[in-house]
Amino acid sequence: MMDVKRRYVIPGDIIATGPIRPEQNVYQDGEKMISTCVGISEIFENSVRVIPLTGAYMPKTNDLVIGKVVGTSPLSWEFDINSCYIGFLPAQDVFGRDYSPTKDELKQRLDIGDLVAARVANFDRSRDPLLTVQDRDLGKIDSGELIEISPSKVPRLIGKRGSMIQTIEMATRAVITIGQNGWIVVSCDDSEGLLKAVEAIKMVDALAHTPNLTERVKSMLGVPAGENNDTIND
Amino acid sequence: MTQLMTEDGIRCDGRKTDDLRNISIKVGVLKNADGSAYIEFGQNKILAGVFGPRDVHPKHMANQDTGILRCRYHMSPFSVTERKNPAPSRREIEISKVIKEALEPAVILKDFPRTVIDVFVEVLQADGGSRCAALDAAAVALADAGIPMRDLVSACAAGKVADRIVLDINNEEDQEGQADMPVAIMPNVGKVTLMQLDGVLTPEEYKSCLQTAIGGCKRVYEIQRKALMEKYFQTGEQ
Repeated sequence: MMDVKRRYVIPGDIIATGPIRPEQNVYQDGEKMISTCVGISEIFENSVRVIPLTGAYMPKTNDLVIGKVVGTSPLSWEFDINSCYIGFLPAQDVFGRDYSPTKDELKQRLDIGDLVAARVANFDRSRDPLLTVQDRDLGKIDSGELIEISPSKVPRLIGKRGSMIQTIEMATRAVITIGQNGWIVVSCDDSEGLLKAVEAIKMVDALAHTPNLTERVKSMLGVPAGENNDTIND
Repeated sequence: MTQLMTEDGIRCDGRKTDDLRNISIKVGVLKNADGSAYIEFGQNKILAGVFGPRDVHPKHMANQDTGILRCRYHMSPFSVTERKNPAPSRREIEISKVIKEALEPAVILKDFPRTVIDVFVEVLQADGGSRCAALDAAAVALADAGIPMRDLVSACAAGKVADRIVLDINNEEDQEGQADMPVAIMPNVGKVTLMQLDGVLTPEEYKSCLQTAIGGCKRVYEIQRKALMEKYFQTGEQ
């Protein structure tokens, strides 16, 4: 395994100097690589990045997000996606190509307040994120419990190759849909499992920066410790 | 007139010329704000809250190329001995402007086009040097909100009292001293983002005053750093 150096950093901390590539949350000032947020810095062989511990959600193309309908226009729905930008879902995406604003009523399919799992189809600096529900497992969410966590902790909740979320799902028999924007829907037939899953998710949110978290979640859920080499990395 | 300094260089509140007042910072004190901080800087008690990045209202203020930063410095009616009218005064408008301009070089606004970052600073108790204390709290609150920054901003004042250059002017020294110089720096980048001067200094005194203030800023930075580390990594330094 590659040797990765980790350190707690705050904005302005010099993480490294020299000819390496600044990635996520790092800015370059001459030779210096400087952290731009509170988080954990990681120095790889030829790049350096900071895993943030706080911050708002910035949409990225292909992200799965959970959005709440906040409004409609004649041709699209507007979604709150827990970001500084409003998500747009075009009506044609739901009704198909023969959508006509005079014939179809948007609110029959999705009304204000409805929760939807969607994917970010397109986003850049100049326009608001465009959403789509044209994929498997996307669309309106009918039941479940909505939990909000800090978007910066979503990778930790998923875990390495999904290890954390699989642990929680198997132990509680809950179905968990994670939006990259920090909104999570948990549904479970058994109310005790639901409560446990919610508790586990909140635990990950609170203790995201600590190592061996999967093991701790396992012991909280009463799962025997496995041979999972969990690290602070996602 | 009160005596501001004894002959052996002890100031009216018992400090030496290069002593800071007691400073404590708490991070994340407001649940509803995206980021917040509370600072006690001597007798100053100041709350800072940060919202954003978020939609700009009124819409015409939005910039397609970059985010914008807005700042409001406000003194509570009960922050001073005589009730202060809560309407923004000339002084508060000025301080809001200088705080905004002192924070702007540190915040990477380019990452958030068409949005605004709002910084609200509420002075609960004032005791001289409140703009520096407000700036310290605002910088920590911005970092708490997870807004990308090139560096923290640390501020501290220096001045001239009884013909000597002193660090961290308090209220009496501000009222009756000879000069007051608030300075803010980005400590790692090594740039000055705020420098004001009220009073008259010779060129030598000016240089020494600026150096004293920068030294104070660096000490404030360590306190800001510790506060953020305590909030996010409980144990402090790794």
